[in-house]
Amino acid sequence: MLKLYKKAKEPFYFCTRLNLSELLGVRARNLTDLINMIKAVPDSSIFYHTHMFLEQKQDIIPEHTNEFAYWVSHVLGEHVLGEELASIDLVEFKSIRAIREKLIMVLEHNLFDRTDSLRVAARGMEFEFMKSHSFILPTKYSANSLFDFIRALKEVSVNTLYFHFFESRLRLEKGINDFSCWIDMSLGFAELAEKVASIDPYTHTLEGLRHSLVRTLEKG
Amino acid sequence: MGTITIGHYEKFIGRNAVDELKILASRLKTSTIQFITTTEQSGSIAETLSRIVPLLNELGIKALWEAIEPDHDLTAIAKVFHDGLRGSAVHTTTDMFQKFMALDDDMMRKASIKGDIVLMYDVPALALVHKRHEHESKWVWNCHLDLSKPDPEIWHFLKGFIEEYDTACLVAPAFFQKIQIPQFFIPPSIDPFSEKNRPLSQTEITTVLKKYGLSRKKPMIVQIGRFDHFKGHEGVIEAYRMVKRYNDCQLVLASGKGKGDPDVDEVLGELREKAGDDPDIHILVMDPADIDVNALQQNAAVIVQKSVKEGFALTVTEALWKAKPVVASLVGGMPLQITHNYSGLLCRTDVGCATNIRRVLNNPGLAKKLGRNGREAVKKNFLSTRQLKDYMLLFLYLYYPGEVISLY
Repeated sequence: MLKLYKKAKEPFYFCTRLNLSELLGVRARNLTDLINMIKAVPDSSIFYHTHMFLEQKQDIIPEHTNEFAYWVSHVLGEHVLGEELASIDLVEFKSIRAIREKLIMVLEHNLFDRTDSLRVAARGMEFEFMKSHSFILPTKYSANSLFDFIRALKEVSVNTLYFHFFESRLRLEKGINDFSCWIDMSLGFAELAEKVASIDPYTHTLEGLRHSLVRTLEKG
Repeated sequence: MGTITIGHYEKFIGRNAVDELKILASRLKTSTIQFITTTEQSGSIAETLSRIVPLLNELGIKALWEAIEPDHDLTAIAKVFHDGLRGSAVHTTTDMFQKFMALDDDMMRKASIKGDIVLMYDVPALALVHKRHEHESKWVWNCHLDLSKPDPEIWHFLKGFIEEYDTACLVAPAFFQKIQIPQFFIPPSIDPFSEKNRPLSQTEITTVLKKYGLSRKKPMIVQIGRFDHFKGHEGVIEAYRMVKRYNDCQLVLASGKGKGDPDVDEVLGELREKAGDDPDIHILVMDPADIDVNALQQNAAVIVQKSVKEGFALTVTEALWKAKPVVASLVGGMPLQITHNYSGLLCRTDVGCATNIRRVLNNPGLAKKLGRNGREAVKKNFLSTRQLKDYMLLFLYLYYPGEVISLY
């Protein structure tokens, strides 16, 4: 119980993140196009297609953890490769560069083994590359203790969860989600911080992630 | 319902999303936003602006909407350019391009630029961007047209004006064009409180059905959309006839009274001939349209949009919002709105359209699932508050261009 009310060294300020989508005018019709374009597009585009999808089509998650996997399975009908792409464990990666390299590796490995001709997306179903512009804004929520933190966590928007759990770790290259960082550094609960960091956010919907976080923190 | 305020949207998008709109707006309170259209106060752009402009003002951002009346000759030339941009075969002359330039001088005199940010919607006023230096303003071109295969000559001519804007907004990624300014993806939206989209009572629906002599006894297949050759009405009649062999049903093809579209009478004539004396095919020209469209959509067993070319297709958004199963062709913005087999059904051919209509008519469980998921997709992605948010982000981008913008 005391743990819940321990005063943090620094308050946690919850931010929110809103996204504006920019078109890159780059479109893939088959796997060769897809690989070449994954190699060429900016990091913000790789982030967009591995993460924005969680937000926009979170009702289809967790079947597909990224948009490349969804397109390869559902548009090209390459279900085995789609499953391999969907199985890339994004939690393992600490930078977008590393995610890009893994995507290329899985795709190139598949192409190397191929003897059949490549399938082509129907007109109108090409993979359209985009990139995200993220606007990070303060919210009214803050926490000085674990008790405050859990209470706020139940209230904040899914955009706030998204920012602190996904975007901050990868796009701002902090290597760890903001919640674990604060629980460890400001509250001094290293074990709890580790438990939070070990939650796999990619196999949850954002609301599911919220419930999982609250449950983990309440158990302490 | 009285004045709609931002608070009314909480029941759809939640309190947090409304709070986020307020946070965004707080960063734009010193800006004046000017929307310029040349259309009359009807159509989807007018519907959108009539909601978004008051909401921006309520949020503390000064927003103005100016509808400039173009000269008759300019309207005629712009119509050709508009059709050419959408990929229609059009005939252009050197004289047209010269007149467009000359007539724009008249538009220049009529327009008064007051915005720090100016959003331009229509072709006739594209050249107004030449006034940008009078007010040190930022200019956005909003294009709601399918630009995937524009007439090369018209595109080359207009591109010169478009590249003077700071950014462009397109309604589908496939409409991207190689131009020297950033292009953002900002899909249009529908408003849940409008006459076209609000819930209707059974009495209201019955009144509309009676008005057009429609019966509730047979399941109704409905396509709403302007009577032009791009909407694929003939294919819908073909699909209906294939369905009719197995399912007793009726078909309603309906549109509001379009103004100034020379194709309407020709298309109507062709469709009436094709429909022949089938009493279950109803071709309706409605006036006033909004509540009538709403009632037809709410009474439909399945809503079809079998266009051969489309912009974003807000008629599909409206249908999804009403939790109706939708069968749509794989063009324009429709694949962006529908995840096949999850929130609707996509098709490429008349026979594919017919098969999907039958799947829905014969499987109430599937129809219900598609309808429920379709409504959720609209709630998340295509209500006016989402477009309001995107606009405010775009305004911020114009002041703070970058990929990660920290405003805390």
